[in-house]
Amino acid sequence: MNQPPVGSLARHRELGLSDEDAVQMYAKMRTARMFDERVLLLQRAGKINFHVSGIGQEAAQVAAAWALDRDQDYFLPYYRDYGFVLSVGMTLRELMLSVFAKAEDPTSGGRQMPGHFGHKRLRIVTGSSPVTTQVPHAVGIALAAKMKGEQRVSFVTFGEGSSNQGDFHEGCNFAGVHKLPVILMCENNQYAISVPVHKQLGGKVADRAIGYGFTGLRVDGNDPLAVYGVVKEAHRRALAGEGPTLVEAMMYRVSPHSTSDNDLAYRTKDGVLSFRQYLIDAGAWSVEKDEELTAAIRRELDEATKYADEAPFPEAESTLLHVYADGSEGGK
Amino acid sequence: MPVLDYIEAIRLAMKEEMERDPDVFVLGEDVGVKGGVFTTTKGLQQQFGETRVMDTPLSESAIAGVAIGAAMYGMKPIAEMQYSDFMFPATNQIISEAAKIRYRSNNDWSCPLVIRAPIGGGIFGGLYHSQCPESVFFGTPGLKIVAPYTPADAKGLLTAAIRDPDPVLFFENKKCYTLVNGSVPEGDYTVPIGKSNVLREGDDITVISYSLPLHFALQAAEELAAEGIGAHILDLRTLQPLDKEGILEAARRTGKVLIIHEDNKTGGIGAEVSAIIAEEMLYELDAPIRRLCGPDVPAMPINPPGEKFFMLNKDKVLAAMRELALY
Repeated sequence: MNQPPVGSLARHRELGLSDEDAVQMYAKMRTARMFDERVLLLQRAGKINFHVSGIGQEAAQVAAAWALDRDQDYFLPYYRDYGFVLSVGMTLRELMLSVFAKAEDPTSGGRQMPGHFGHKRLRIVTGSSPVTTQVPHAVGIALAAKMKGEQRVSFVTFGEGSSNQGDFHEGCNFAGVHKLPVILMCENNQYAISVPVHKQLGGKVADRAIGYGFTGLRVDGNDPLAVYGVVKEAHRRALAGEGPTLVEAMMYRVSPHSTSDNDLAYRTKDGVLSFRQYLIDAGAWSVEKDEELTAAIRRELDEATKYADEAPFPEAESTLLHVYADGSEGGK
Repeated sequence: MPVLDYIEAIRLAMKEEMERDPDVFVLGEDVGVKGGVFTTTKGLQQQFGETRVMDTPLSESAIAGVAIGAAMYGMKPIAEMQYSDFMFPATNQIISEAAKIRYRSNNDWSCPLVIRAPIGGGIFGGLYHSQCPESVFFGTPGLKIVAPYTPADAKGLLTAAIRDPDPVLFFENKKCYTLVNGSVPEGDYTVPIGKSNVLREGDDITVISYSLPLHFALQAAEELAAEGIGAHILDLRTLQPLDKEGILEAARRTGKVLIIHEDNKTGGIGAEVSAIIAEEMLYELDAPIRRLCGPDVPAMPINPPGEKFFMLNKDKVLAAMRELALY
């Protein structure tokens, strides 16, 4: 990768990011990390049923979001993308409402497991649990935007395990044939639940793009500025009609697959902590400011947790609603 | 009223809806230059261009999945599956995605999509060009399923499906494409989804069916009328959601019910229709509910005696109707 050497103190500025941008990115990563840790705690304490963690993946998620047009683009995140959805407008309160499966949960009204994002106002497209079904959807959205002559990109994420699904390949091929404005980012965290990457992949995910006639790049997912640069360029290419880009962001899943997965502790390199150090070294951040930020996020998390905990569940009978547009036809 | 072939009525519905609404577009394998392997989309690409009548890669899950994405964006895609037998690679997209998008997002997102697929045998298509897949998708709330038997219904139901805010599976019977023709009303009309249709009134037996076998039942009813047997025939038209009231009303008319479909018997639409009648009006029946369906084998063979054995025809339907009338 053609980047200034690690330790350069102006990398974010060279990429066109102000100090404030970089600090905001870090704040989102930190927020996502602390949210994740809090929800793990809530699950272990028996307050909620389930959590699927994104710890170790926040740096790439936030950086990718920052490289997109957050007022225009469509987003199809997968279930570890807390850093991503926080970056495109979801709030901790909204995420907590989803975690507690409350009526006000904007993603599903308390119907879906946490991490199954969806928020039409923010153009976060509703997702499901069978993995990688969202890739053809992203391609369809890019196709529709192109048909309507609207300058938008669709951005879709998935894990490296998911990249083995037929829908990944069928979606890539379709996007390649029609040179559609779609960015596919594989968050390669080295594990598909318990199966390590060497039992999942015979080659590199990024190289698969070659077979579909578009660019595939591997990037250090723990280096948010590297991810930002790659996704920014992919976005430019997409809008210029140069077609899709497959980005394979290399990272490491720190947490278990989900709270139902009894893992061992993994060793890791942490993109959030190293970015904090980078910002401090660059003079854009300080230990004192970091303590203030941590305290502020904790307060917001406390408020969000309390709010969501106390919020009402959906009415039981609302289970019957919204099968079809005309509610009278469904649920009987 | 012009007389059209069944296939022409389907084509006309797509043409008129594409003229009316720029968000409507067609995608599928061979739908463009070739006009579809059955010619269902013939001429549409010449009129609407390559983007709105899109030849896709041979990739059914992508055809469905891309259409779902486009529908969520606000388009009104009509995805063609070349044969319903080849729809199964797209089943996860249809059942896990299209059917659940409105529900799982608590009404935030929707998926106004039509998937057209030719069903049925009798064309020497063997196991994989002859199936009736209704029962695979039936019982998945969130999907609507329609299956027309005449050109007029095909046009009206397809127009309704395209305008529907939810995903609709449009099962067109390939045996009907050119064998069945009839008058089609001029101008804009729809056949409402969710309503059955009484095709013939009678007081001795009730036949409940859909798609091709209705033609056998109507022919048989003519012959039985000469014998003094009056058949009441109900076309379900929409398989999901089933028109419960229409079914019960038709069953009450005679108290003797025969359900007919080409899809195999076990777990078919007829099982549910029968259960609805049994739940609501068992003691009003004058005979056990009968079903005449395809046999419970994986699919029909290509050899002529085997295919004929599997397929329904007027004589089989007539025999079943007479037997029930005489019960």
